[in-house]
Order: sequence, then structure tokens, then C-alpha cells
Amino acid sequence: MSVAVLSCLVNDCSQPVSPATFVWIFPVALAATILKMLVVFTVYMVGVALLTLAERKVSAWIQDRHGPNRVLKGWGQPLADGVKNFMKEETIPGMVNRPLFILAPALAFIPALCAWAVIPFAAPWDSPWGRIDMVLANLPVGFLFTLAIGSLGVYGIVLAGWSSNNKYALLGGLRASAQMISYEIAMGLSTIPVLLLAGDVSLDRIVREQAASGWHVLSLTIAFFIFLVAAFAETNRLPFDLPESESELIAGYHTEYSAMKFSLFFIAEYANMVTASAMMATLYFGGWTLPGLDGPPYTGLQTILTLGVFVAKVLVFLFTFMWIRWTLPRFRYDQLMALGWKVLLPMALAYIVIIAGSTLGLDALGLPRGPRFGLAMLAENVVLLVVVFVLFDRGRIVGPASHRAGTVELARLRVMPPRPALGAPASEGAD
Amino acid sequence: MAIGIKVMPRPVTEVSYVRATLKGMALTFKHLIDPHKVTVQYPEVKWDLSPRWRGTHRMLTTEEGTAKCVACGLCPTVCPANCIKLVPGEDANGNRYPLIFEIDEFRCIFCGYCQEVCPEEAIHLGRHYENAEYSRAGFVYDLERLMAQTHPVCEMWDPADPKGE
Repeated sequence: MSVAVLSCLVNDCSQPVSPATFVWIFPVALAATILKMLVVFTVYMVGVALLTLAERKVSAWIQDRHGPNRVLKGWGQPLADGVKNFMKEETIPGMVNRPLFILAPALAFIPALCAWAVIPFAAPWDSPWGRIDMVLANLPVGFLFTLAIGSLGVYGIVLAGWSSNNKYALLGGLRASAQMISYEIAMGLSTIPVLLLAGDVSLDRIVREQAASGWHVLSLTIAFFIFLVAAFAETNRLPFDLPESESELIAGYHTEYSAMKFSLFFIAEYANMVTASAMMATLYFGGWTLPGLDGPPYTGLQTILTLGVFVAKVLVFLFTFMWIRWTLPRFRYDQLMALGWKVLLPMALAYIVIIAGSTLGLDALGLPRGPRFGLAMLAENVVLLVVVFVLFDRGRIVGPASHRAGTVELARLRVMPPRPALGAPASEGAD
Repeated sequence: MAIGIKVMPRPVTEVSYVRATLKGMALTFKHLIDPHKVTVQYPEVKWDLSPRWRGTHRMLTTEEGTAKCVACGLCPTVCPANCIKLVPGEDANGNRYPLIFEIDEFRCIFCGYCQEVCPEEAIHLGRHYENAEYSRAGFVYDLERLMAQTHPVCEMWDPADPKGE
């Protein structure tokens, strides 16, 4: 039994390994896993550091500025920031709940890193010592693990807000908890159509299914859209950065944090962005595959090429995160909640029904799963997209403030005479 | 509601969020790839100052190297910020000269009246703005310091030529 469990750790669980092979395969797989962990962790952290630079550069370019260009032409900026954050004095306010205050940044940071573990980032490599999967842990629970770990991140934020003993931080933490829990539902429901089509939650299977019958972004466009919006809310990025919202809450939950503890929240945010981008690439954009670059033989060259493909896909989403951040203003809180509960949740539920029904219908028609199946789904999605974005998106997805007031109240407010302009006689102001 | 809140009637059926977002993203992307950036790389690149730029003062000198100032006392009189300290002296030929001439650059409001009023065109404001000192006292410029400045001087506004042509 222990052999079965261990083989799950180092290999695909669906293919039981005989004890004889296991003795031979285990050291290689263990060494490969440790190596992969080290490499992925290093690349991930360096990538996150570079992302802070990328964010500043993108924001600068969008605002017609140059961005950081002093330390090594700007490339040393993440390093300089890191050195600064390590050297800075760390202030812990007197009235905080010390254990939780110190624990909170770690609680935000660790889940952000863990979530990456199940994402396959390249084609497996048939090395001379046996096949090596390019994923840290090919868990059979797949994206459920990512969703579960992702939802742990909210603890760090809520505890940070609560333990700070600061009203702004508390409000930020409360907002974060409400927001992240609300959007987790929409996010989870938007992955169910993926499960319906792929028939498996394992990310490896989902990637292969997409390679066979087309990317899910084509066959499950609405689900992708819901996932995208929920991912923005989950990572606390604009337009959903209400937990931070500088203009209202100073810095929200991390108001009281300084130096490296603040930096950990910052890194966690970017790490979450990377994870969300990787999830979108894997669930909806075919993961590491490209048409014509998915099957065996799994040579080393193919592993490197598919890694490049995956990184490119992730970078596109990371850029989208930044692009949207520097385009959209922040939502009002009621708009945020209304979008999560009144728009995305019903939309996701309805979409599950539609997808389940149409797969059932197409299967009943005898259409085999494959490219033609995907095309039929695409046609259906085009119709749905028109319905959602042309017919439905008329002040219903995100409404103005007047939209929320009841019609009777609105009518009563509208008949009120506007106040006279300054200096004008009162009688003239009434018209 | 006691306060008369003006609720703008919005065409709710015509507004859209997703389409407006895409429009906004197109705009920001246009700026992203626009090579024209407005930032001036300050220490390396500097603005061209206006000829009428009024910066820290400078005292012009005669060909013999002494200050042009004749200690007439007009500039401390006209100075609205009261930042010029002048103690006149007189030499053997009966020519007046400043014994002490100090300008407190912190008090100065850079109005340029001293330059305008000066009959000898001695005190000038300069086209200069990069000042740094280790103490506040360093910003009280004495006569020697004022004479040692080398930056170009401000051209006063001429009513006959209002546009500086």
C-alpha cells in the first residue's frame, strides 16, 4: 500500500507500478522532483520579482512615462527593491496581536507558492532514466487542489487585517474575506464546464483533452470569461482591489506592515497572479500544448519548446492583468458584490446547465469527441457571447449608482428641484 | 432624504461595461506602444528656461571686478519680502559702495523688483534653480557669493515688447 501511495507521489496514479520497477524508478523520480522543486521555486521567485518591474514599466508606458530606468537600466530595480525591503526597519505597532501579526504574511505567502505545484508546465521528458513529468506533483485531484489552496490565501489577509488593531486594516480584511469568498464560488462553478468536457479534474488530462479537441476558450468561452473576472477578484487586482483601495483605506489590510512583511504580501499578490494566469492557460488555453506540438515523442527539445509555449501563454495573461489594472477604475463595493452574486454566479450556473445539455445532445447525435465536437461548441458559444455581451450587457453587468435605487425612490429623487447655483437668486434656480 | 441629491438620469439600456472596457483597453494600449514619452530625464536633460525665468540672484561687476552696486538703497526699499540687507559705505572719492549686501534667498519671493528698480543694473535675478546647502544659513548670500555667481541673468519684462520679440 505504501508503495502505491509513493508511486502516486512520483508518478501517475492511474498506472500502478510494480514493486520491482518501483525500486528502480523511485530514486530517479525523487531526485527529479527535488530538482524540479528547486528550479521551479527559483524561477518563480525571480519571475515574481521581475513582474514588479514589469508592472511598473507597463504602468509607466501606459501613462506616457519611462518607468524605472536607473539601476542597471531598470533591470536591477527588483534587486534594489529587495535590498531596500530587507534593510528597512521593521515596525510592529504596540497594540497588535503579535503572533497573528507575524504569522499573517506567511499565511498569505505560502499558499500563493503552493498552488503552483499541480500545474503542468511542459511536455514530459523521456529521459535516459525514465519519463519525467514536467509538473511538481501530478495530483489526481488536479485543479481542486489549486482552488482549495487558493482559498487559504484569504486567511493571511483577514488575519493581517484583524491582528493589526487598525480600523482601516480591519475594513480591508473584511472586504477581502467577503470578496474572495464570493468570487471563489463563481470561480469554482466556472471550472465545472471544463470538468464536464474533460471528464477529469487532473490538469494533465485536461491539457491532453484540449490538445485532442480544441482549446476550452473556444468551446467554453463564457466559463473562461467568468474565470477571468473571478481571477481578478481573487488576486485583489484592479478593478477589484477593494481590500487595498489606497484612496479609501490607506493600504487596507497591510496598512500596519513595513519592510519585508509588507513585501511578502506584495510577492503573494504577484505569485497569485502567476498562478491564476497559469490556471487560465492550463484550463482554457491548452496548457503547454500548441496544435502540432502535443504528442510523443517526448524529446528534450520538445520539453523546452512546450515550456516556452506555456511561459508565453502565462506572460500574455500577466500582461492582461496589468493592462486591465491600468485601464479600469475601482468598482464600488456594492457593484462588486452585485457582479459576483447577481451576475457571475447565475451566469455560471446557467452555463453549466447549457454545457451539460449540449454535450448530452451532441453525444446523443452521435458526434464523437474531437475537433468537430469543439466546433459545434464554438458555434453555440458565439451565439451565447452575442446574447451576453450585446443584449445582456446594457447596464446590467455593472450598473451606475442610480441603477440600484428603486424606481419609486428614483422618481422621487428626480422631481426634487436642483439646488440653486452659488450667487444666483433662489427663485431662478428652481427651473 | 433631506438633502436634495441630484440623480442623473442615465441611459441604462445603452451603457455597457464590457464593450466600454475593451474601448478603454484599446486606448491604453495605444499609449503603451506610443514611443512619445513626456518625462524629461532630469539630471541629464534639462528644460530650456524662459529668458524671464526668475531664479537665485547674481550681482554684476564692473570691469575692475568690483560690484556695480552704488548702495543707493532702492532695492531694500522696494523689496516686498524684506530680504535684502544693505549697509552703505563711502570711499575716499566720495563714491558709495555696499559694506554689507546680503540677500536671504529663503525669504525672497523672486518678484524681480530689485532688478527692476536698480539704477545701475547691478543686482539681477538669475536663470538658475538648482540650489542645495547643508544649512539654512547657507542660503543667505553675501556680496562675494552674489558676485561669484556665473549663471545667465533674467531678462525683465519689457512693456514695449511684451512678447519678448
